[in-house]
Amino acid sequence: MYSKDGENYFIVDAHIALWDARPENQRNIHGKQFIDCFYDYHRNLSPEEEVWSYEEYLYQGGERLMKDLFDDGYVDHAIFQPAHLGAFYHNGFGQTEEAFALASKHPDKLTYNHCWDPRREQQGLDELKRDAERFGLKGVKLYTAEWFGDSRGWRLDDPWSYRYLETAQDLGIRNIHIHKGPTIRPLDRDAFDVADVDHAATDFPELNFVIEHCGLPRLEDFCWIATQEPNVHAGLAVAMPFIHTRPRYFAQIVGELLYWLNEDRIQFSSDYALWTPRWLVERFVDFQIPADMTEYAPLTVAQKKKILGLNAARMYDIPVPEGLDVAPVAQEAVSVA
Amino acid sequence: MIETAVHEALDEVMDPELDEPITTLGFVRSVVLDGDVLTVHLRLPTAFCSPNFAYLMASDAKDALRGLAEHVVVVLDDHHDSDVINRGIAADSGFVGTYGEEASRDLEELRLTFRRKAHAAAMERAVRDMPLDRLRTLRLRDLPATKASEALRRRRSALGFDAAPDALVLVDDTGVPLPPGDLPLRLRFARSVGISIEGNAHFCRGLLRTRYAMEGTA
Repeated sequence: MYSKDGENYFIVDAHIALWDARPENQRNIHGKQFIDCFYDYHRNLSPEEEVWSYEEYLYQGGERLMKDLFDDGYVDHAIFQPAHLGAFYHNGFGQTEEAFALASKHPDKLTYNHCWDPRREQQGLDELKRDAERFGLKGVKLYTAEWFGDSRGWRLDDPWSYRYLETAQDLGIRNIHIHKGPTIRPLDRDAFDVADVDHAATDFPELNFVIEHCGLPRLEDFCWIATQEPNVHAGLAVAMPFIHTRPRYFAQIVGELLYWLNEDRIQFSSDYALWTPRWLVERFVDFQIPADMTEYAPLTVAQKKKILGLNAARMYDIPVPEGLDVAPVAQEAVSVA
Repeated sequence: MIETAVHEALDEVMDPELDEPITTLGFVRSVVLDGDVLTVHLRLPTAFCSPNFAYLMASDAKDALRGLAEHVVVVLDDHHDSDVINRGIAADSGFVGTYGEEASRDLEELRLTFRRKAHAAAMERAVRDMPLDRLRTLRLRDLPATKASEALRRRRSALGFDAAPDALVLVDDTGVPLPPGDLPLRLRFARSVGISIEGNAHFCRGLLRTRYAMEGTA
């Protein structure tokens, strides 16, 4: 919990990872390129005093994670959203066993979401059923740019993908986090296009679709579909740290999301270990839309409380201490019909 | 000076996503003329920039440089697909020839999608300060001579839209005038498109600086 100016904020970090990018786990040059890309994000968007050494960045381990999130970071509950990246790392990028063990040890603080790849077809589908039971899955993290054999991407509306979504629905997995990346099959398409999420969200109205980094770099396409699909949500992974480097751009992102969606469908995350939650939470609570940006209304305390934790808590049935909750609004979406 | 000629030629090569020339973005790493071989190295903000856009820029760069030397070599550095793309560019294989089964067709549709986005954003920028009731009948000749209106004309011409002075300014992605009732929402969306493009361009610039902190710009 974070408290400031007499207000108490329940914090849910809706997108975290326990990764291992150390050289011994790198399968090839792409493993190094991938973590280097993350590290450049980290160095480029963090305040100077929050920049880690490259060595620290490669691997954190459970103890460090618990400290960064819960001792130092004001986080009440965090959700693992693992990326497998088996083509880049021997034991995968997200550390399934380590993260699940940590979540099992701290069930009040951590939720473990798993991942699937529909290109594994029936075998993966059988595994999903076992994983759902073993991990007690409420959600999954899907990365559509994952490399698999000679394919370097898939779409959420592929036939096998639909079979996985149907199975997830049957198994009670309701929260589908989607992360777009630079590759897709076929490669001539825009890999960041979110039209496939639009189709899936229409066809699976009982599922929640959380698009991570709120569709960036296609914020506009994301907003357009989220306006029309009430079960599409925005995850603020990667968008949050712009609060430091480019506060006006951050104001635009939040302003656009509030305009096209509403305050009940936006979720905070630090994207740990890309960044750490402490400074992001502090700055977001202090943040305000600049006065000259009159196209956006000022952010309210209630909106900040929802974004920082209450929205994700509702989606994941995470209990919120008495007095900290704020009721959702039934806000009209923008009509684009 | 070959450097000047190269830069002038590459000023015409756009990053389709960011709607800016690769020169001002700092993507041109080095230019070397050795005898009759002109070698230009390109660099991008991350190793994981989308391979289709990376290919498009490298291929457009080679096309723009043809004629400046007997042999033109364009090399994309430090990208996860550098080997594949550089082989394809060297052999003039085209996108489908370069990527084989991974590609279903060339990149013209992708390029078109982003030209349309760039146009929508430029259109909104050019009319941002005008009252809505004027926009319905606004024609190209009514636009003040600003950078924004110049940018709009260029983007219209890239899409082959009507450039006549009496052509309506507010058109959809295919050049058809927008119905008056659609204007507020269309312009609001076009503003989001602009925010997205500008935000991405700024982020990519920053990442390029971080990645190549020790290097200058060619």
